[in-house]
Amino acid sequence: MIAPDSFELTGNNPFAAPALGSHVRTVHDEFHGDLLEVSMGPHHPSTHGVFRMVATLDGETIVKLKPVFGYLHRNHEKLGENTTYLGSMPYTDRLDYLCSMTNNWAYALAVEKLAGLAVPERAEYIRVILAELTRLLNHTCLAGFLLQDCGASGTPLMYAFREREKILDLFESLSGSRMMCNYQRFGGCRVNPSAAWLTAARQLTGSYGEFLDEYEALITGNEILMARTQGVGVLSSQLAVSAGITGPMLRASGVDYDLRKVDAYGFYPRFKFRVPLGAHGDVYDRYMVRVLEMRESIDVLRQALMDIPEGPIMDPKAKLRGFRPKPGEAYGRIEGPKGEIGFYLISDGGPNPYRYRVRAPSFVNLTILEDLCLGHTVADSVIILGSIDIVLGEVDR
Amino acid sequence: METAEQLRDRLMLRFPGAQVTLVSNLSPSAQHSLLVDPAHARDIATFLRDDEVLGLDYCSNATGVDWPDREIIETVKAKITAADGSEKEVEQKTKRMESGCLEVVYHLYSMARKQGPVVLRVRTANRTDQITLPSLTPVWRSCEFQEREVFDLFGVVFEGHPDLRRILMWDEFKDHPMRKDYVEPDDYEWEPTPHGEVLAKAKKHYPATSALATPTEGLKP
Repeated sequence: MIAPDSFELTGNNPFAAPALGSHVRTVHDEFHGDLLEVSMGPHHPSTHGVFRMVATLDGETIVKLKPVFGYLHRNHEKLGENTTYLGSMPYTDRLDYLCSMTNNWAYALAVEKLAGLAVPERAEYIRVILAELTRLLNHTCLAGFLLQDCGASGTPLMYAFREREKILDLFESLSGSRMMCNYQRFGGCRVNPSAAWLTAARQLTGSYGEFLDEYEALITGNEILMARTQGVGVLSSQLAVSAGITGPMLRASGVDYDLRKVDAYGFYPRFKFRVPLGAHGDVYDRYMVRVLEMRESIDVLRQALMDIPEGPIMDPKAKLRGFRPKPGEAYGRIEGPKGEIGFYLISDGGPNPYRYRVRAPSFVNLTILEDLCLGHTVADSVIILGSIDIVLGEVDR
Repeated sequence: METAEQLRDRLMLRFPGAQVTLVSNLSPSAQHSLLVDPAHARDIATFLRDDEVLGLDYCSNATGVDWPDREIIETVKAKITAADGSEKEVEQKTKRMESGCLEVVYHLYSMARKQGPVVLRVRTANRTDQITLPSLTPVWRSCEFQEREVFDLFGVVFEGHPDLRRILMWDEFKDHPMRKDYVEPDDYEWEPTPHGEVLAKAKKHYPATSALATPTEGLKP
């Protein structure tokens, strides 16, 4: 692994200094010319939003790469400090706008920790169901976008979006909105899903495996995809842990750390599922881990939709109006589709949080973008960025 | 996992000169934190990371909190002898300013041992000139962008950070928006053809004779 010049890798690494990986191609070129600085973005289709990479090239090889972002910055945290606790709930939809359901849950979890609220059994089941649907949706989109980044224009992405549409329809019929769901509440959920909704969810869960089979038959064994992604952007497990990488990206590097198992929040201990791990930590592993995670999500969904009990969906002690938690602080986190999404709240006893902090997985996962891209070509940097899976609404906040 | 009190005692034993204070958290979350003095912060962080029992190899969240200067009013009962010789008990109010600080909070977990969190806090001496704190990026790489964000939005200067630049705001920006006393600039939304409230605000910045002060006239042929 190559680190930036200014970065002291040995001091940073809890274990041994990693050897120079075989994936780093050296430039065998006796005609070294001047270095060329290329600015990719902010308006570039491969950067998944308004994001800029300032890459310094030696020939075609990247020798330095600095991510530049903040184009979508609206100081979400300041907005949160000037809004009531519940008033921030719709804002959290806009963080990672693909995964509003998990953002809602993470925020609700942090507030529930702060105020000591319990969640009824049915609501916990609904949360698990919606979070796993969100995971399916996010990973499906990522698989489509990654292929788009590799140059497979259109078709795989459209297949992915066709499936995503079905999940969005479910979200719409439940919460009234396709992407900005604003569904979770402190101590429960907003709307009780009908029996018809649950049947529709069961149908979707039942048929999703077929879509994955079809998609995988087209993509997973594809020779071009393998050539483009295997051995590209290798992330060592030591660097991944030190850099706080979370989610599928961490697990692709072989670190077994899934908050659904570690923190055992919600009702996840009740469900049987496995945590897929990668062996190489390259772009292909990151793709593969996500595909396998989708299959596990389908398993969890099947169990949750089978066992979901009847009952209330809100804690009777929870107050929607005039909600003022006692002074104190709490950090709540869940396993979002992109990694650990956490909310850190400090209450001074008022109706607004004194401090409202979002620990965004995309933001922290970007830390190692330069390390992954060094020694690769510009075309590779595009798929490396794609495999990190960022949403700029969350990075810039 | 050991409690925050036990960890504090262990740290005090290991680092005799260090000040480690327990900051208790009264909310149901009961996530108590340890306030560490800046001089020993990096040593303690390295110790926590490499410790056999804790192994806190993962810094999940690093963020700032602004605690502005506070005016504290204290009431003291005093006896005053009046002109006619009788004693009166009077409440005397004294005001004093408590200096605020900028605080950086780290949430540490262990991926290897699957435990946590240990919450570490470091505070600056004040909010104006003594705002330097040691960077923990050499200990946990995940602090790199998060400390840049704290520098950008709160104005804490991290000593030993490899690349301390603004990250969300642009480089030319002057203030620190997440501070509690931050005031938005008047001409923040200045447009070439201002209107409404923005026009009224923008007008203050230009002399009355300027064409920009009366932009509608400037547009006339």
